Amino acid sequence: MSNVASVSRAVRAAAPGRPVTFWALAARRFLRHRLAVTSLAVMAVIGTLALGAPLVAPHSPTAIDAVAFQAAPSRTHPLGSDSVGRDVLSRLIYAARVSLTVGLLAVAMYVVIGTAIGAAAAYYGGGIDLVLSRIMDVMLSFPPLIIILFAVTVFGRPSIWNVIIVLGLLGWPSLARLVRGQFLALRDLEFVLAARATGASDARVVIRHMLPNALAPVLVAATFGMANAILVEAALSFLGMGVQPPTPSWGNMLTDAQSLTVLERMPWLWVPPGFMILISVLSINFVGDGLRDALDPSLKL
Amino acid sequence: MQRYILRRLLIMVPILLGITVLCYLILSLTPGDPVQMLISPSMSAEDMVIKRRGLGLDQPVHVRYVKWLGELSRGNLGYSFTSGAPVTKRVGERLIPTLKLTGTALLLSYAIGIPVGVIAATRRYSAVDYVATVLTFLGISLPTFFLGLGGIYIFSLRLQWLPVGGTLTLGGDGGFVDGLYHLILPAAVLAVAGAGVVTRYVRSSMLEVLGQDYVRTARAKGLAEFIVTRHHALRNALIPVITIAGLQIPALLAGAVITEQVFEWPGMGRLTIEAINQRDYPVLMAITLVTAVLVAAGNLLADVAYAAADPRIRYE
Repeated sequence: MSNVASVSRAVRAAAPGRPVTFWALAARRFLRHRLAVTSLAVMAVIGTLALGAPLVAPHSPTAIDAVAFQAAPSRTHPLGSDSVGRDVLSRLIYAARVSLTVGLLAVAMYVVIGTAIGAAAAYYGGGIDLVLSRIMDVMLSFPPLIIILFAVTVFGRPSIWNVIIVLGLLGWPSLARLVRGQFLALRDLEFVLAARATGASDARVVIRHMLPNALAPVLVAATFGMANAILVEAALSFLGMGVQPPTPSWGNMLTDAQSLTVLERMPWLWVPPGFMILISVLSINFVGDGLRDALDPSLKL
Repeated sequence: MQRYILRRLLIMVPILLGITVLCYLILSLTPGDPVQMLISPSMSAEDMVIKRRGLGLDQPVHVRYVKWLGELSRGNLGYSFTSGAPVTKRVGERLIPTLKLTGTALLLSYAIGIPVGVIAATRRYSAVDYVATVLTFLGISLPTFFLGLGGIYIFSLRLQWLPVGGTLTLGGDGGFVDGLYHLILPAAVLAVAGAGVVTRYVRSSMLEVLGQDYVRTARAKGLAEFIVTRHHALRNALIPVITIAGLQIPALLAGAVITEQVFEWPGMGRLTIEAINQRDYPVLMAITLVTAVLVAAGNLLADVAYAAADPRIRYE
């Protein structure tokens, strides 16, 4: 955030002769998108809460209060307590760690895999492209949640790490397709041909010359991907196939609400975690929208 | 056109095979042994070996896969590990409720998305457009299960307008109205995310068309703005939106897994969860296959409809 602001200030302060970089222009455009800037601030708050959870949370997320089962909000438990007697507010704060960790790590993982595969398919073309593209077709022509459900069970006991690994290993095809398209357009441009003519290795051409030019759409896709990863983790945990209690996750905090008694009589148990999922996913999507407008207005994602 | 459809059908075959191989591999890696789910304390180790042989689990993966394919070619999807019932029957009876739910949701998402997208595009950058954009983002950001639980809380528990779940009233007449009454809430919940996506596409497609020369000509002739939007722009703007219907199908089927769980809707999504918990591989493989066929068929239909709606599109 402060980084973005300082870049924009630098742009305004720049003397007329100094070239304005693409990223500085993008930062200026991003700052005009009010919803995106507000959302970035919301994400910063949630991120800070997640990092500082032990300092902010009134209780331990797993500590059991033996005199408070499904207790209504009170002074000791501002958002009440769950069916085992754990403090809902503390669990809510700690659960932010789960969602953000899954979002960041799973997406980082598939961005690396997807970029490598997409780049390889476009750069080498021919048989390699054919095989990789068909694999993408197969994986993209199936609802990801269903494969993810299968795969999560493969790893035995479901946990946050299973969810991250499965999302990371299965999320790459759409990103690979995007990178492939970008690289196909770049492959025959003069600067790439020039780099190759000077005898640069394949790795150098791809990493130094092509990748920086394909980064903008990847960044946008990764942002939307993070929102999606958080939704998928929440859904898996809700179904009991993701993060398991006592580790708190916004998704598994909603599991209890499948009982009509909890749903009707104890809204403090399910409304706050649902709301947190909504707020974080919404903010990340708005940031993604702002990034898309800022980086490439013609991009349709 | 016939040749195009035929070619697409032929391409479908390797893709479907690929999906079944992928899922067979994933499932065969599962450490959770289906036999473990079936044993009772009275079974000896010997009984378990017999049981395993009975289910064909003593053979290597590739042998099992080829056998499965062979049976498939005869229209046999195998027998459920847990109930022993033919899988075709178990999946078949769950397919109709899912089609009903996802079909209604698809229609609803278009019924909401098209008008909202058109209004947002014709009043670009107005307050209406802004509200529509925010609502769109809300739609795609709301977790299905939270929306479903919220819907049950408001419409079923507080207002008592709609049932909390199921497809029919127990002991009721089981008529069309009763079915519809049970369908409204789950279908609406499932439609929300789709409506968001459709709105965004309709808006951007409409904006593109409204900027074209022939629309300016229509306006220059002095036609009312309503006529220009309705007759000149909308028809062309909706053509690319058709393809979104094909892309919506995987999202709807995935959403159905969660919606069916929340609303106790006896469809394929709920069966998926049951089969995963019971490690019922034949049922899971059948669900995979049916889902893949539905997705592929939906995409093909969307592409054919696209070509039918737009004479400029020629598939060779």
